[in-house]
Amino acid sequence: MLFYLLKRIGLAVVIVVVAVILLYSMIHIVPGDPASVILGPRATPEMKQELHELMGLDRPFVVQVASFLGKVARGNLGMDFFSQRPVAQIVFKQLDETLVLVLASIGWAILLGIPLGCYSAVFRNTFSDKLVGIFSIGVIAVPSFVVALYSLLFFAVTLKWLPAIGAGEPGQYMDQLRHLILPAFAIGLGWVGYIARLVRASMLEVLNENHIRRARAFGLPEHMIVFQYALKLAILPTVTLLGTGIGRLISSALVSTVLFVLSTTISDSINAMLDPRVRERL
Amino acid sequence: MNWTKQFFYRLYREPMGFFGMILVALVIVSALLAPFLTTHDHNALDIANRLAGPSADHWMGTDQLGRDVFSRVVMGSRIAVWVALVTVAMSLGIGLVLGMMAGYGPKWLDAALLLLFDTLRSFPTIMFALALVTVFGPSLQTVIIVIVATTFPVYGRMVRTQTQALCNNEFIVAEEAMGAGMMRVLGIHILPNIIGPLFIVASMDIPVVITIEAGLSFLGVGVRPPTPSWGSILNDGYAYIRNTPWIIIFGGLPLIVTTLGFTFLGESLRDIFDPKLRKDL
Repeated sequence: MLFYLLKRIGLAVVIVVVAVILLYSMIHIVPGDPASVILGPRATPEMKQELHELMGLDRPFVVQVASFLGKVARGNLGMDFFSQRPVAQIVFKQLDETLVLVLASIGWAILLGIPLGCYSAVFRNTFSDKLVGIFSIGVIAVPSFVVALYSLLFFAVTLKWLPAIGAGEPGQYMDQLRHLILPAFAIGLGWVGYIARLVRASMLEVLNENHIRRARAFGLPEHMIVFQYALKLAILPTVTLLGTGIGRLISSALVSTVLFVLSTTISDSINAMLDPRVRERL
Repeated sequence: MNWTKQFFYRLYREPMGFFGMILVALVIVSALLAPFLTTHDHNALDIANRLAGPSADHWMGTDQLGRDVFSRVVMGSRIAVWVALVTVAMSLGIGLVLGMMAGYGPKWLDAALLLLFDTLRSFPTIMFALALVTVFGPSLQTVIIVIVATTFPVYGRMVRTQTQALCNNEFIVAEEAMGAGMMRVLGIHILPNIIGPLFIVASMDIPVVITIEAGLSFLGVGVRPPTPSWGSILNDGYAYIRNTPWIIIFGGLPLIVTTLGFTFLGESLRDIFDPKLRKDL
């Protein structure tokens, strides 16, 4: 087990290193020069040279990658060039908002998904079970940004119940909560479907087992059998899914924030590509 | 009963699959016949009528440049279907070749390809898209490259696992003992055994791919204006969400119809063809 864990962690480190190398080579492949993007079209060659030295872009490719990885290993993610603040600080400021959002989305999905799955399994092959099944597949299929747009349109614009943008005033928890509802709804809706399907499937398996039949033979009430005996076992695959799912949501949010800030050159080159004045020079 | 008749009979028996098939047919027909179905030129500007509500002339209203939303939505189905077919076919092809190489080839090749698969999968799609857009510029081709690069590792891993499982079977070992080369073993014996489940996974990937394309275009890193992608129609509508809700309503509707249709159809196909793939009862 320990060996397996170490192997997985080692592999994860290798993947991060390869990803960083890919990103760095992209900065080099991009036809634009980060310095001319930052300094604008009127920069002199001397200014560009100075900025290159400042950002370490004049050093060989291997040295750049190695020195960046060395800094990361010591916990230093570097400075964001535009705001001149440490990248780690920007990332972690974003991270707690992201964490709250991810946990809120998954949280309400669990609260709704598990009872739905149990209900479906207990009343299997009935009309309402089929309805839950179609609902689950439906919410998994529909893109979450369409759900977000529709709920924004309905709850924020038409009914004006909830705010449309922002994260709320810091410190005012009710206000922050109101800002959280719509995005958490949009992200969590698909998860309701996933959880309900998974709980239903594993619940069906568990309900056929001997100890459940024994509990029934003893005359225990059905709700006690389902929620106290069967659910304890049936929940296990769902916990696994949630573990990897939450990890995935947070890590993709974290990774994208890190990469976003790290490679400001990349995202800014996009603006440069779109800006015809710069594009012509590339 | 012959094979096709039986297939349609079973599909007909599954109301969900039948419903899905109707939705999918709707999308495909609108993609094929788009030029005949549109009521206006999808790029024609009509500034006097900008942001007009739904009417007899403009069934879904007009956008901020006075373009007919209905015509744009119909033309958008071409982009969606085209992207879905091209990317799924390419990911399937690349995943098959690399996956079989990883599963059948030497150990170092397996390790290298696995590392490639895992690295590509660990990239968040959006970030990958942003990086590629800087290299190639935002275009339909870039969207296709992004989707293929992020989805073929999934097929690759699947093919690799199945190839490895098959490799130790006696009919493969016997074939090798008789001196069959790698191409013969992979092409004639392994490929037919793994292709079936793969097609089902591919059909279920179509709605995902369409969602990614629309998502990227919605974020502005996908198809360039004035090409009417459903994502860019939603992006146009998002700017005017407070006053003109119909652009978002009608821009999102085809996405919902398409994803629901392909998903329902895919689920039923899986149940009909391969009950073993069905993890949940």
